[in-house]
Amino acid sequence: MRAGMEEQRQRIARQFVEAVPHAMALGMRLEAVGEGWAELSMPYDARFVGEPATGVIHGGAVFALMDTCSGAAVLNLTGAKVVSTATLDLRIDYMRPATPGQRIRARAECHHLTRTVAFIRATATDDDAARPVATATGAFTVERAK
Amino acid sequence: MSRPPPEPVQVVKQRRDAALSTLVAAVPYIGFLGVGFDRRGDELTAILPFSDRLIGNPALPALHGGATAAFLEITAIVELAWAQLWEEMEAGRLDPGTLSGRIPLLPKTIDLTVDYLRAGLPRDAYARAHITRSGRRYASVRVEAWQDNRARPFAQASGHFLMPGEEG
Repeated sequence: MRAGMEEQRQRIARQFVEAVPHAMALGMRLEAVGEGWAELSMPYDARFVGEPATGVIHGGAVFALMDTCSGAAVLNLTGAKVVSTATLDLRIDYMRPATPGQRIRARAECHHLTRTVAFIRATATDDDAARPVATATGAFTVERAK
Repeated sequence: MSRPPPEPVQVVKQRRDAALSTLVAAVPYIGFLGVGFDRRGDELTAILPFSDRLIGNPALPALHGGATAAFLEITAIVELAWAQLWEEMEAGRLDPGTLSGRIPLLPKTIDLTVDYLRAGLPRDAYARAHITRSGRRYASVRVEAWQDNRARPFAQASGHFLMPGEEG
């Protein structure tokens, strides 16, 4: 029963990511999901480069990954019956350039939930998971099932 | 005694447009999103032509917050890089003809805060950046994006950037 619910959660979260055209355009993939958190990854792609001299991915692509990941975390507040969400604001800190050629992985967690707002923290890493590429904090709208 | 005649307007325009298009064409992600720039003198307006690939919420439909954020970040970075290029070019220290696809290192984003004011519609979007402070090392930039109505922005951002040559 428990395993069945987790499988269903995975399936729904994967369908959510696959239904977002911009997430698909960036090759995003759901890695893992749980109550109020989600992990997504994005491949290295020469088309996403922001600094031609070094081949480093554009911050905007990392932002899109963290935003999508945060949205998936909010939608996985199944206890709160969240049916829809939108970003109110998201602040991202770029700690270091992502290493060219490596996949970027993001994890977002809802650390506080009110009736109308979900507060999110997120981290992005490349292969060197000990040194984050970027961190983000944000507020998301919460639409609950009536 | 006699002053040299001013440069023909077409020569000036061509030089400025060449510098801008070299800068924009050098960054793959600008091309991937399809962002273009409209120039009036030194003033730039960024344009994000609508495409289905930019959608984040297919039910509405609405632009993806990440596409909007990237658009704002691109507008800020190009504004900063352009301000530097412009100064070099107008001082006669830089000839875009010799750039040949090579552009100086771009400013690096330190942080970016994006406020989503209303849903981005499935239409073209525009943005302008304003350099609030430009120092030797750090710069602060504000950006605003709108669609049909200039007075009703759908997103705004502010960010800090590390200027090239000041690594670390």
